[in-house]
Amino acid sequence: MSTNAHNVSSQLPLPVPARFPAGTISPGERLGPVAVGRPAHRPSSAIAKVGLREICLSYRTEKGERLLALDHINLEVRAGEFLCIVGPSGCGKSTLLHLIAGLHQQTSGQILVDGKRVDGPGTDRIMIFQDHGLFPWLTVGQNVEFGMKMKGIPKAERQERTQHYLRLVHLAQFERSYIHQLSGGMRQRVAIARALATEPDVLLMDEPFAALDAQTRDLLHDELEKIWSQTGRTIIFVTHNVREAVRLGDRVVLLTFRPGRVKNEFPINLPRPRSLEDPAVALTAREVLDELREEINRSLEAEYKEGVKPRLDPNAEGAERA
Amino acid sequence: MKRAARYIIFYASLFALWTLLAKLKIWPPYLFPTPWGVAESLYAGFQDHSYLIAIRVSMQRVLIGYGISVILGMILGLGVASNKFLEETMGGLLVSLQSLPSICWWPLALLWFGLNQNAILFVVIMGSLLSVTLAMEDGRKQMPRIFGQAGRNLGAKGFKLFWYVLLPASLPFIVSGLKQGWAFAWRSLITAEMLYLSLGLGQVLMMGRDLNDMSAVIAVMFLIIAIGYIVDGVVFKGMEHHLQNKWGLTTAA
Repeated sequence: MSTNAHNVSSQLPLPVPARFPAGTISPGERLGPVAVGRPAHRPSSAIAKVGLREICLSYRTEKGERLLALDHINLEVRAGEFLCIVGPSGCGKSTLLHLIAGLHQQTSGQILVDGKRVDGPGTDRIMIFQDHGLFPWLTVGQNVEFGMKMKGIPKAERQERTQHYLRLVHLAQFERSYIHQLSGGMRQRVAIARALATEPDVLLMDEPFAALDAQTRDLLHDELEKIWSQTGRTIIFVTHNVREAVRLGDRVVLLTFRPGRVKNEFPINLPRPRSLEDPAVALTAREVLDELREEINRSLEAEYKEGVKPRLDPNAEGAERA
Repeated sequence: MKRAARYIIFYASLFALWTLLAKLKIWPPYLFPTPWGVAESLYAGFQDHSYLIAIRVSMQRVLIGYGISVILGMILGLGVASNKFLEETMGGLLVSLQSLPSICWWPLALLWFGLNQNAILFVVIMGSLLSVTLAMEDGRKQMPRIFGQAGRNLGAKGFKLFWYVLLPASLPFIVSGLKQGWAFAWRSLITAEMLYLSLGLGQVLMMGRDLNDMSAVIAVMFLIIAIGYIVDGVVFKGMEHHLQNKWGLTTAA
């Protein structure tokens, strides 16, 4: 898969100019990758858009033992922030997104949106899934309309907004197509339009581009960055691809391998628009990757020991809300 | 074209064989009628409206019974699929009940409802309910979970979630079960109608026997086959085709 290939290449030593050895660039320099390896402390002027307080999630495995998946996660996401969460597979980063979406229930801790407790799904937080989750029995237009229809928005307004968001993702002429007629990249764009059409405050993106080829992904990075800056949404973006995280995020949060804890946070103050190929992006990504590698090694060790891929399936546990 | 030719050859030889056997008069004509004897019966039956009335009555019964089965079966199947306790307990019961021929409910229905339309409906429902329930349960389990998650995420819950997401999402997985349920409903109906004389195709069939009119018996058998086949071939094939087009499923049914 192209994503894996990309990941491997970004793990190789990068051709960094000798005068910019990793970690020696001070914030504020012209190139300016602020990638200091310590948690970001920002003056919180208002209530955070999304606040995670001491989130723990444990569940029972098939063998009957209790497994701690998420361990006291604390995170604050500012309104309008583009937050990326990276971690090895099995760190529970997708599960964390499901919790914020209200699709699953944490074992303990609180999730706050605008200071209010999350208690089930809500259209203020819309998820974009890796395998898009579009409804194959509906047309592209009906998919985009779906959330608005559930909200009870009148038909005329629904159609107008559907048009608007389909234009935003350059798919206006595909309104009447069915999902299977679209390419992978187009499907993800429909998913983005469908999410935006419900006008959520927070977009939760669960490795949305992981299954796409490199060119399509680059294009969607650009489009997503544009949409984000135009609409001012808060985005929480989960990926295993560090370069992608650095290319997109205002801040990158690194989770540890099982149980998932916040290992570190990296504010990314690189100028936008960025590209995956920016040397500064590569440089910063490398710093994140250096820390991530420990966790990847731990996950690989566990994989060898257990003989199976240690993967947290957000659907496996009985924590799903009825 | 070749396929059509094969069909024509097959049915022409069948017809020829039938005619030949009837012409040879191995059996007396009132036991083994000629094809045109049957055709005449068919014509006469439609002419005096008795077949049309029978078809209407039978279709009405089967549609009501099957309709109730589908609604009940979907609710039951969904409940069984989404509740572990129900799945473990009722799941097994449903499968074992399915081995009971639906007409075995007839004596029970007679005692409960008396000799009337409701008894027939009951047998039709018992005949098809189980296969619809099992199909729905299976479909709900086979349906990718992401649809339910995406639906809830976009604000669908309760009945809306069922109607706009879970039901359409599971349709491709339950359509064969719905089809099977229809076949059971149709068979149960005809059986029940044969036992209880009150219009309907089953009764017309038995009347042929009572009158020793073998042409009429075979004519009605043709009608029963034709209706079952048309519903299967038109309604369900159409539904499958429609779903395949929408979902982009290439696997032929």
